[in-house]
Amino acid sequence: MYSSNFWLARPFTERSTQLFLGVLIAALVLVTILHVVVPQGHPLYVNAYTVNLLGKYLSYALLAVAVDLVWGYLGILSLGHGAFFALGGYAMGMYLMRQIGDRGVYGHPELPDFMVFLNWDSLPWYWAGFDMAWFAFIMVLLAPGLLALVFGFLAFRSRVTGVYLSIITQALTFALMLAFFRNEMGFGGNNGLTDFRDILGYNLRIDATRLGLFLATGGALAAGYVLCRAIVGSKLGRVCVATRDAEARTRFIGYRVERFQLFVFVVSAMLAGLAGALYVPQVGIINPSEFSPIFSIEIVLWVALGGRATLYGAVIGAILVNYAKTIFTGVMPDAWLFALGAMFVLVTVFLPKGVAGLLTYRYRKQRVKQPPEHDDSGTSPGNEVSA
Amino acid sequence: MNFLRSLADRERVFDFLAPAASPVDVRHGPILYLEDVTVSFDGFKAINDLNLTIDDGELRCIIGPNGAGKTTMMDIITGKTRPDAGKVWFGSRHDLLTMNEPEIASLGIGRKFQKPTVFEALTVFENLELAMAADKRILPTLTARMTPVIRERIEEVLETIGLAELRLRPAGILSHGQKQWLEIGMLLMQRPRLLLVDEPVAGMTEQEMERTAQLLTGLAGKQSVVVVEHDMGFVRSIARKVTVLHQGSVLAEGSMDQVSNDPKVVEVYLGAEVEEEVAIC
Repeated sequence: MYSSNFWLARPFTERSTQLFLGVLIAALVLVTILHVVVPQGHPLYVNAYTVNLLGKYLSYALLAVAVDLVWGYLGILSLGHGAFFALGGYAMGMYLMRQIGDRGVYGHPELPDFMVFLNWDSLPWYWAGFDMAWFAFIMVLLAPGLLALVFGFLAFRSRVTGVYLSIITQALTFALMLAFFRNEMGFGGNNGLTDFRDILGYNLRIDATRLGLFLATGGALAAGYVLCRAIVGSKLGRVCVATRDAEARTRFIGYRVERFQLFVFVVSAMLAGLAGALYVPQVGIINPSEFSPIFSIEIVLWVALGGRATLYGAVIGAILVNYAKTIFTGVMPDAWLFALGAMFVLVTVFLPKGVAGLLTYRYRKQRVKQPPEHDDSGTSPGNEVSA
Repeated sequence: MNFLRSLADRERVFDFLAPAASPVDVRHGPILYLEDVTVSFDGFKAINDLNLTIDDGELRCIIGPNGAGKTTMMDIITGKTRPDAGKVWFGSRHDLLTMNEPEIASLGIGRKFQKPTVFEALTVFENLELAMAADKRILPTLTARMTPVIRERIEEVLETIGLAELRLRPAGILSHGQKQWLEIGMLLMQRPRLLLVDEPVAGMTEQEMERTAQLLTGLAGKQSVVVVEHDMGFVRSIARKVTVLHQGSVLAEGSMDQVSNDPKVVEVYLGAEVEEEVAIC
């Protein structure tokens, strides 16, 4: 914990991170083998649909890690992280739209279908550059990062925290949803962006590309997780925890709290944007419903279910809840929200530290068994220094 | 081996790790000098022509009944309250009345408030690490590494405050007294020249009080320490020099025996308690 390593290298020396990366890589390899090597029809064969679904879960997991970074360690309950996710998704969607070229329904060489439909004769200025992959990929991080920077600067400078900040983040994502619903915004209105063909020249509709996207999402999750662990394990991470628990005291010992909050908030927003960008090509559509306040609240539920302030708990929660959602909405769609509510209540009552708390239960039990420290257990200040 | 040691030595190039080269000029003796200080709140004179001199390395106790102006005096020294009149000098170079709170804090005046506030989720060690004088901007904090010199400094303070064995336990499990010591330790990490300690033993057990007395007497000499306290037994156990405040000005000053035999002091403040103590003896 107090190692003198370079801050980005430090997570690799932690057992929990090694374990997490090991499990993640093993899962990626296993799915790849079961998809590619095992013949179709074999009971262990994993079909392309499942690979795609798992890729979607992994992008949600990255989003949950981003939320856990600000909520678990900084104490900022963001109920608007869906906005950053969706912005990253839209940036990717715009690139994918431009890749369609003249293969759209109207066959226009440059304009996406919905613009032709709206009788527009040229691309809006903010669509410029999105035909280039590098530009789009930068925007995937820059757009959510910039929004978080401006929003966070105003909020943290005014020392808006707690429930007020949560409400403002809800308003932010709601306002963006309303804006993106409008056709005049130039993002496809309520239909959003869809009908994608290929990414970086690879056909999105073939299995190999889907597997590639699944693996890329797994890689992004691993990188995002390590980055968050590095931040959390650094002195800056400890300043964050100090801020979470006693903001005024942290300020008093000389840290500019609002800058630390802003920094971590922007990093988290960029990770959410990256998650959105990986999500869009796998589900094949991005529309304003990703901005809906309900979705942002759902993300917080994943983190709470998995276990706040652990990072790996967020990953477990996101995958577990979304797997349950897939099952439930297939079997009895109407019952899903009840099931989600029931899960949340049960976990809150019986597992206050989430599923991750269950995993560390044994460890904690061992620690409790240690004899409690007494006031006079060898704590004598100033024996050596007393005059 | 020598090569490794030379690597460790290189850390000493950082100024903030070097022993305090404080800009405070104490060649003339006093580290804190208050002259004719007056503060009034809505006409009520909380501090009235107060004169006080603290020598470098001294341990001074300030006592007085409620409303004597003890806390207001601390507020003036730390820049929280501006006096209406008077002079407040830190050493013979720094006029504290021209400086704001952070500037005064960075000069080396540390203040411990009555109620201890530590970071409960962090360990004792981490609490001290965060409090250490260092570059506290974002990137230096993100890339900060644990060097042998920093570790040594933290261990040294851990020994001083007697929490070495609890270094890896979260501060939340500490007792009230241990939290007070940790907070004093957090002040020490900033290498202060002058420590202002407000009622350190309020709510402590007998043994905790004893250890606090050892801790504070041990600090004197290296730092100047000003303790405001109500508990007369505690003051008697640590004080070499006591200042009695009454209605915003100094009523008496001297050793504990001197002031407790001063008829003025006995009259306004000590009377009841001296009798009590005599009765116990």
